[in-house]
Amino acid sequence: MTPPLSTADDATRQAEFEARIARGESIEPKDWMPEKYRRQLVRMMSQHAHSEIVGMLPEGNWITRAPSLRRKMSLLAKVQDEAGHGLYIYCGTETLGVDRQELVDQLLAGTAKYSSIFNYPTLTWADIGAIGWLVDGAAIVNQTMLAKASYGPYARAMVRICKEENFHKRQGYEIMVTLARGTPAQKAMAQDALDRWWWPSLMMFGPHDKDSPNSDELLKWGVKKKSNDELRQRFVNLTIAQAKAIDLTIPDPELRYDEASGNWIFGAIDWDEFWRVVKGDGPCNRERLAARRKAHADGEWVRAAATAYAAKRAARDAGAAA
Amino acid sequence: MTVAAALAPAYARYCQQLGDDRLILGHRVSEWCGHAPILEEDIALANIALDLIGQATFLLGRAGAVENAGRDADALAFLRDDRAFRNALMVELPNGDFAVTIVRQFFFASFSRLQLEALTRSPDTEMAGIAAKALKEATYHVRHAAEWVVRLGDGTEESRQRAQDAVNDLWRYTGEFFLTTSEERALAAEGLAVDPATLQAEWERSVRDVLTLATLTTPATSWMQRGGRDGKHTEHLGPLLAEMQVLPRSHPGASW
Repeated sequence: MTPPLSTADDATRQAEFEARIARGESIEPKDWMPEKYRRQLVRMMSQHAHSEIVGMLPEGNWITRAPSLRRKMSLLAKVQDEAGHGLYIYCGTETLGVDRQELVDQLLAGTAKYSSIFNYPTLTWADIGAIGWLVDGAAIVNQTMLAKASYGPYARAMVRICKEENFHKRQGYEIMVTLARGTPAQKAMAQDALDRWWWPSLMMFGPHDKDSPNSDELLKWGVKKKSNDELRQRFVNLTIAQAKAIDLTIPDPELRYDEASGNWIFGAIDWDEFWRVVKGDGPCNRERLAARRKAHADGEWVRAAATAYAAKRAARDAGAAA
Repeated sequence: MTVAAALAPAYARYCQQLGDDRLILGHRVSEWCGHAPILEEDIALANIALDLIGQATFLLGRAGAVENAGRDADALAFLRDDRAFRNALMVELPNGDFAVTIVRQFFFASFSRLQLEALTRSPDTEMAGIAAKALKEATYHVRHAAEWVVRLGDGTEESRQRAQDAVNDLWRYTGEFFLTTSEERALAAEGLAVDPATLQAEWERSVRDVLTLATLTTPATSWMQRGGRDGKHTEHLGPLLAEMQVLPRSHPGASW
């Protein structure tokens, strides 16, 4: 709950804040901001960071089986980038007064959300192509918008991250191109991956605007500049031509081009599936959290060792200085 | 440079051996990706795996070029059976806990750094170039691993014990690094290979210094396992290759 504005000062500050947003100014860590604005940002940024971390798992599943040395290196580099993005965004949340450990604890406790797309399994090599093409592609549409977000540190992080995501998307699409032009088995693998990843990718933009509880506030404060449905439409419009170029079929019999709006009109999204996966019953929700918890638990003694060593070293340095 | 025809088969196998050590270790290290004790180590281990697989790609590429039988780095990585792999046994061992991974990394990187440093002087300018780039990476790998060996050894009682267990378990695989094959001896005479026996004293000195700093005991040398250089591996390599090679093997002739 937002605390009631208790003084005239707060009312003045809030008005000034909203005027700054209206002028398109960037809000920086030391600036005054409404508590609710801060909380929305922590929620969004931590979900984003968690998604990067959990996202390492489905792709990591194919590092040891990547079919060529070049593909293996690209995939390793991509997963490494994701760890880097996670770290970078966690650091961003620290500018809002929340530390990384607190957020990681929420993820492990199952109380924090992350992108539901990573609760789907990677079954074939083509899934690595499809994730790069569609999942990173969708992320770019979203993050290009967030790069203009009103909170400076988040916007700047998005600028940097988008550059790398663009590279990942090109790699993923190139995997799909190679498969689509390959043997019949490879082409079937590519189509199957598109069939399985298409709808979950559209769901990445979140519920319809009318069902999105946070959207109004995020739009009002300039954290988001476009609505979920606008972004989803933009992604569909961009992606259809790419699928056609490599002769793959979008798994949507209702898909049609609307001359008047210039949009590709797509069929109904299965929102039951969306909410089921969000609420924990996707194909891999349990596995993903279990993998994160196991890594954390197995690493406990390592972190304890690093802490103990640092303390010993500090004590020795202090002794030497005395 | 072109390698003298009489030496080419032996030199190609030597390049394969250099590549295999790094490919197989890179594979093992890559298994950590997403499962490391802290996020910074996810990044570091992925980076190290990436370096090793990059080195392997160059070295196996050089092996294929010298062999001149139409096999590129991918063919050598994905289409050879376990008996044709020449990596040292240590690098194919399962990751174990973080201490085993780090100690193995420390032992191998300390060897690799010395080997690569000597190879920067190879008369094969391609090899000298590959070694010069890889040497920078190996120097970082030694530093990263050595810092962790010290943290674990001089950390908590539990971490000290785990690190000491890892040192004790892996020590018997270190001797193989320094076995000189007859081919290596012949190549070393031409400057094309490093006689690994000449690296052993420096390796032992540098390893012992770090273990001592880490308050760990250097084991007394006893029987050393061997066989990798002759393609006689542990039971761990077969499953590793089955996993690594599955796609190229199940789609013969496909491009990826």
